[in-house]
Order: sequence, then C-alpha cells, then structure tokens
Amino acid sequence: MATQDEVLSGLAEIVNEIAGIPAEDVQLDKSFTDDLDVDSLSMVEVVVAAEERFDVKIPDDEVKNLKTVGDAVNYIIANANS
Amino acid sequence: MTAQIKPVTGAQYSRIHGVGGYRPTRVIPNSEVLNWIESSDEWIRTRSGITERRWAGPEESVAEMSVQAASKAIAMAGISPDQVGSVIVATVSHLKQTPAIATEIADRLGCGTTPAFDISAACAGFGYGLSLADGLVRGGNAEYVVVIGVERLSDLTDIHDRSTAFIFGDGAGAVVVGPSDIPGIGKVVWGSDGSQADVISQTAAWDTAFGKPDAVNGAGEETKWPALRMEGQTVFRWAVWDMAKAAQQALDAAGITADQLGAFIPHQANMRIIDAMIKALKLPESVPVARDIAETGNTSAASIPLAMERMLQSGEAKSGDLALIIGFGAGLVYAAAVVTLP
Repeated sequence: MATQDEVLSGLAEIVNEIAGIPAEDVQLDKSFTDDLDVDSLSMVEVVVAAEERFDVKIPDDEVKNLKTVGDAVNYIIANANS
Repeated sequence: MTAQIKPVTGAQYSRIHGVGGYRPTRVIPNSEVLNWIESSDEWIRTRSGITERRWAGPEESVAEMSVQAASKAIAMAGISPDQVGSVIVATVSHLKQTPAIATEIADRLGCGTTPAFDISAACAGFGYGLSLADGLVRGGNAEYVVVIGVERLSDLTDIHDRSTAFIFGDGAGAVVVGPSDIPGIGKVVWGSDGSQADVISQTAAWDTAFGKPDAVNGAGEETKWPALRMEGQTVFRWAVWDMAKAAQQALDAAGITADQLGAFIPHQANMRIIDAMIKALKLPESVPVARDIAETGNTSAASIPLAMERMLQSGEAKSGDLALIIGFGAGLVYAAAVVTLP
C-alpha cells in the first residue's frame, strides 16, 4: 500500500509532465482547476496516467469529484489494487 | 445436380486512386463564435486548436459540396465517371432522409445508373466507406468506387452551447477506390460500442423535435431544433487511449511500423486529442501529422479526406506514402487502416 506522501509525489510528477506545473506546487489543498490551471482535458490525461501508475480505476463519473489534489490522493489510496 | 452460380472475381488488391475536397467559402473565425458564446479566442484555441472553421452557405448543399469534391477525386484518378461502379456517401447531416443523397450525387457526377447509397457512421463514416469500397472492388461488384464524406454540421450546431459551438465545420472530401497490383488498403480495424451511444448524440429525434426549422441559426429557449452534443471528457478518454490501441492494431494488421509511415491522418476532432493520441501511440516525430482542424474545424466524415488532400497539396506527404488513418465518433464507432496515398 502506497503512503500518502508516495502518492502525492507520484501525482505531482504526473501533473508536472502533463501540465508543466512545478511539482512542488502540487499540494494536497490545491484545486486542479483553480490553483494549478489543469483544464478538463488535461485532467483526463492526469487521471489516465494515475490509473496506470497506481493500478487504480478512476471512472469518468468520479473524475468530477476530484476537485483538489487531496481528493485525488485519497481516492487513489482508497481504491488502489496494490 | 443443382446448377452452380458463376463465380464473381474482383481485383486482387485495391488502393485509393484519387482524392478531392471542397471547403465552403464562408470563413467563421473564433471572433465570430464569440458573438454567441461566452468564451475567448485563447480558450477555444487551447481547448481545441481551432482558429477558424468553414460554414456552408445556402448554395453549398450536401450534394453540391459532394459533387465538387468527388469530381476532383475522379479527375485525379484519371477515370471517367461511367467507370464508377458505386457511390457511397457517409454523412450524418443530410437533413432529408429519403431518398439517399448519394443517388443525386451519382447522377450529377455523370455516373449513370450506378449503385448509390448513404451510410451513417459519423466521424468514422469515411473509414467505414473505405472498408465497403475495398470489399466491392476486391469482391468484383465494382471496378471503381467513389467514397464521399460530407457534412453540414452547422445545421446541427447549437451556437449557444459553449462546449460545442466552436468545434464543428462543414465540407466534403472524397476518394476513388479501385484495383491495384499491390495492396493499397490494409485491413480495416473497425468496430462500435453501443453501450456509449449517448456520449455523442443528437439532442432529440426528429419526431420529438419537429417544429422550428428556422431556429437553426439562433435557438430561442423554446426551440427543440436538434443539435449535436457530447460529453467531452468521456469522449476524450475514449478517443485518445482506446483509439491509440485501434490505430496500433491497424498498423500491426498491415505489417507496418510507425516509423514507416509517411503521414498520420486522424479524424480532425480536436487538436488536443490528436496531440494526446500521438503520445499514446508513441508516434515518431518524423511522421507528419494532419492538423487541418486548425482552419477547418471538426467536419466529421469529411475530415480525413479533406486533411489527406491538404497534406498532399502542401507537400507534407507524397503520393505513394503510407498513411495511417483513423476515424472515431458518435456511436461510438471507429475505423482505422493503413493506406497508400494517391
């Protein structure tokens, strides 16, 4: 089971690669759209990359609930298969 | 003994002999779209890669645009219209269902009494038509087949829907498929997923919507004139990752590797889909990619032949090059193949 720090740093790398946001800006309380400027299509790219990296399924219906980085980290920890 | 039916034999292989396109004269820049939706030029460009699109005028009917595009394809193929053994028209925006618009187009092209019919496979319509044409030529039921992708999506656009108003365009693209000494059309990898039928669809069926045809270009709140709508994020995910797999299957089925391609011509749905698909497909940077959407918008069934014509005209791709094409859209439906460019 991955720790919160591990998931956060992995997610930060993904957001950095896809949206060009500095990894250190990706913090639990940050909103993807409002703070990090990750638009809806980039969010899908982030989700697909996270699914692959953390062996987790994140359905489309769930994506809209992932407003902050913390939401995504918690969802991944709760639903990851490994 | 039961009499035996005489066997039918066709060409051993088929290929595309000619391509032609028609782009409507009226250019709609993003600035004009901003009259209808609250958005910005920058937002539209970053979300879609579209800077302008073409919308057809009253004279630029589905039939007229098709005849213009197909005439160019027939001329490039170097055949006469009476050699055309079938005319297939892929469209979802010909608003008169009966008769099929293909018969009028075939007649106006001078193809005589050749078989002519419409198919409905949205943005995969061109690939579906190509698959049928390949089968007709190799099966011996036609020597040459004209495949046309044509749309007037402006007729089905809700100009006040800020998620779709900027996307769609009008136009026609056509190819002539005929016999070949070497394989010129690889196995078409195609399919459908009806479980996602509502992801991209017309807002209402004609029977429930009938009533306000004048509302096409300025929908009031009470109007029920149908328009196309889509769930952007769901479509994006499917179009990029599922379609990258289909594109790879088409390459594998053709026995071609990505570095052997002279062009990648995906359906021009959205520049973001194209960019993400290139990444998912790990397409080498050396392969030129069709980006006709910037000035044409999403023309559904017409987008691949239009983009093919542009790449050949601009010199980005050459006759004889191998191109990977993939169409995907409402249905959901998709079709991918490796073809030799005419």
